[in-house]
Amino acid sequence: MNLELFIPELSLVIFAIVVILLDLFIQRKGLLAVVSIAGLVVSAGFTIAMWGGSSQAIFNNMLAVDNFALFFKLLFLGVAALVILASVDYVSKFARFQGEYYALVLLSALGMMLMAATAELISIYVALELTSISLYVLVGFLKDPKSSEASLKYLLLGAVASAILLYGMALVFGFTGKTQLGEIAQAIQAMSLAGILSSPGLILGIVLLIAGFGFKIAAVPFQMWVPDVYEGAPTPITAYLSVASKAAGFAIILRVFYSAFGLPQWLSLDWGLIFAVLAAIGMTLGNITALPQTNIKRMLGYSSIAQAGYLMVGLAAVGLSPVTDAVGRSTVLFFLASYALTNLGAFTAIIAISNKLNSDLIEDYSGMGKRAPLLALALTLCLISLIGMPPAAGFMAKFYIFSGAVQHGLLWLVVIAVLNSVISAYYYLRVVKVMWLGAPVSEERVPSSGALRLALSISCLGVLLLGVIPGFVMKLAEAAAKMFGF
Amino acid sequence: MSFNYLSAIIFLPVAGAILIAFIPGLSARLIKRIAAIFTFVPLALSIFLFCNFDKAAGGFQFVEKVEWITALNAHYHLGVDGLSLPLVILTAFLGFLVVLISWKINLRPREYFAWLLLLETSILGVFCSLDLLLFFLFWEIEVIPMYFLISIWGTGRKEYSAIKYVVYTLFGSAMMLAGILSLYFTTGSLSMVDIAQSGIASFTAVISVVAIFFLLLIGFAVKLPVFPLHTWLPDAHTDAPTAVSVVLAGALLKMGGYGMIRLCVTIFPQVAHQYAPLLVTLAVISILYGAAVTLRQTDLKRLIAYSSISHMGYVLLGIFALSQVSLTGAALQMFSHGIITGLLFAMAGLVMHNVEERDLRKLGGLARQIPIIAVIFSVAGLAALGLPTTSGFAAEFLVFVGSFSSTIVPGIQVYTILAVLGIVITAGYILWMLQRVFYGPVLEQYNGIKDADTLEKAYMFAFIAVIMLVGIYPAILTDIIKIGISPIVGLLGG
Repeated sequence: MNLELFIPELSLVIFAIVVILLDLFIQRKGLLAVVSIAGLVVSAGFTIAMWGGSSQAIFNNMLAVDNFALFFKLLFLGVAALVILASVDYVSKFARFQGEYYALVLLSALGMMLMAATAELISIYVALELTSISLYVLVGFLKDPKSSEASLKYLLLGAVASAILLYGMALVFGFTGKTQLGEIAQAIQAMSLAGILSSPGLILGIVLLIAGFGFKIAAVPFQMWVPDVYEGAPTPITAYLSVASKAAGFAIILRVFYSAFGLPQWLSLDWGLIFAVLAAIGMTLGNITALPQTNIKRMLGYSSIAQAGYLMVGLAAVGLSPVTDAVGRSTVLFFLASYALTNLGAFTAIIAISNKLNSDLIEDYSGMGKRAPLLALALTLCLISLIGMPPAAGFMAKFYIFSGAVQHGLLWLVVIAVLNSVISAYYYLRVVKVMWLGAPVSEERVPSSGALRLALSISCLGVLLLGVIPGFVMKLAEAAAKMFGF
Repeated sequence: MSFNYLSAIIFLPVAGAILIAFIPGLSARLIKRIAAIFTFVPLALSIFLFCNFDKAAGGFQFVEKVEWITALNAHYHLGVDGLSLPLVILTAFLGFLVVLISWKINLRPREYFAWLLLLETSILGVFCSLDLLLFFLFWEIEVIPMYFLISIWGTGRKEYSAIKYVVYTLFGSAMMLAGILSLYFTTGSLSMVDIAQSGIASFTAVISVVAIFFLLLIGFAVKLPVFPLHTWLPDAHTDAPTAVSVVLAGALLKMGGYGMIRLCVTIFPQVAHQYAPLLVTLAVISILYGAAVTLRQTDLKRLIAYSSISHMGYVLLGIFALSQVSLTGAALQMFSHGIITGLLFAMAGLVMHNVEERDLRKLGGLARQIPIIAVIFSVAGLAALGLPTTSGFAAEFLVFVGSFSSTIVPGIQVYTILAVLGIVITAGYILWMLQRVFYGPVLEQYNGIKDADTLEKAYMFAFIAVIMLVGIYPAILTDIIKIGISPIVGLLGG
């Protein structure tokens, strides 16, 4: 067995433990953030070193080490690092447990890295739970009623989703006798068409899997938890949830559905259509319910439901395209990367602003263009990117993901999606309007710390780069999409 | 060619915008000077290109082509031909003059000029792009500066008008995006040149060619605008600050007409031919309806805004009459309307600024108090109604002659005759407007109002000079436009 292929994960575990232990001995908690980021960087270094090699598997084919997994691992590590940067000031709100906070962020990142790599049903479940349980705790970290309610809600609904997922897995296992994705695929392909049709349990299992994963990615109709949890959670964790947790969900969906249910073609057409319908409903519902929101975190919660809808347009394209065609998958990967940068940027700006205002109400952003011009500019750029307008990353991401969909006969869905972008412009621009047109509530400037500024600069630079010269990241995404171990 | 002229023309304004936005502590005076320099150089460069355009060679010139996004087969591909070069000059010309027109802006000048310059970059980019993705990127960039310019520096219901503009434009571009993507997967290419050369008929379309044509057309029709997609225009024009109205009417609307010729007609000649009667009908409705509504306006700016709908109807008529002369006329009309309406808006802005009144029922007799503005306004008005020796005459004459004699669209003569009626109504509303503003009894409350100052006289002169130059010697532009139009007419087989 090649344990060296597991070094990125192992190093992260070690650093998480170091953070917890260090927390016992030091008074300057800022150092913990530095150590956590160092851990993420070390892990990222090992991950990059593996890039481009051939696909391999470890632990009896339970974990795949392929470009696809590595792409996501890098994405999660980067996101976690930015989240920690954005948390440095925010954690001063917690009287205690700062060390645990950082350690939990690292552990959930570990869970997501495993999610991207798992190629076997049981380890999928374990990775998912490792991620989720860390996140349940993180959501409740503020310990005020809203945060606790959010945490409890997330935990209860998450547990239900996990149960559904397990039931789906059990059904799939029951009808194929396998838990390893590649072996499931072989078993399904060995079944005759009549055999599959006469076993509705298998189809039900697939549908339940979609439901279980749908909870993670906030797909309609499994999105009920989103607004409350997003509003109640500490803002850096909201950013983390909206970006990394969602990306992990998509990673696992891509791997499971592509590897296990990619063939026969009619089966993938079926789940492709399910995703197409979920996408259409998700985008429309997310955007329409975002319209009347007055709390910016809640608004971005609904917006993330809509964004999940756009992403599912890509999943639908994956379902409708031949297995050999990697374009659909690479469009989803690119969209996730650009969405991650965009949303992190937006939330970082929100953290900086709410540190001063102690409010997340959109109306309190009035005159922010005067009080904190650079913050307002950065937030504006990120919101423009969320609409999908140039020169931001969101534009290229939408163009790319919709191009994959049009290629596979989903023009109707793309038309729905682009019309949805028009609706979304209305509520995103409302925030922009308040910031630049509203009269400032007070003349006081809104300061931001060095860590926040760094996190914000990295995200905004990334948003611009991906919007203007996306070629490099698209190439990475393509390479990742082509290199599927199982 | 070693020097990338087109890139310089496109990106100088945005470079100026970045300087203005991010250098701390600039005074308003300095900001205006920077803006003036960074718009004047593109103007000079575009005139240089005009002089060095090789008329014998034709085709796209000053081409720049670099690989941009390999995954999408997209290129950074710029070039100008006889059709786009006049529009580039028009945009650069207006881009420079609007900085002068905005000289008195003192509300948040830093942001104002940054957005104004970004706007110019995006319009120039649209006219120069030969790659569909690049074209669409520039097309979309324009929305954000317009939103800010209208909603912060506008008047009246500015926020409503701004968001209405954004929603209409995004709706149009949403349709266009669907069209571009379909076109991309039909042909496998994003290059306008390649697609036009191989002809859409040689591919199997992912959806029907007619659908792609109309998806694109809707995007352009919102911008032009064409009845019934025009309702954003009066609001946006009326509530925008003067300089933005000038750019909007002068250059932005032309993106619609340009897109129709460059994409709809060039790539889909058969579909354009098939649906020409429908589009020509819409053109006639736009002309007559626009003119009739204009007659009823009592707000100075709104009146000019509505007149644009009517005048853009001539462009649509010229395009879908599909003959060499009518298309040339349409292209010339775009240029000419840009200058004339630009001047009209500038003068209306000046009247509003100096007199502080825009209601036609309350204005009157101003010719005595502000003679210079009155004369220039009248000249602009006469150009708008197509008086000979002005560019308006040359352009409209070409559109009508070209349409009437077009052999491609059946029954075009009837449409043309109907459209000519628009001229009569135009004469009516223009003369009536001039009469209500400048003639009649002198009103005492307007005594002592300032007339145009030196700077204002300077830009008025520039406008008038171009109007007269093109009016007296239209060949200076039509010779070049023809070079761009001929290959398109060749595709139409007529």
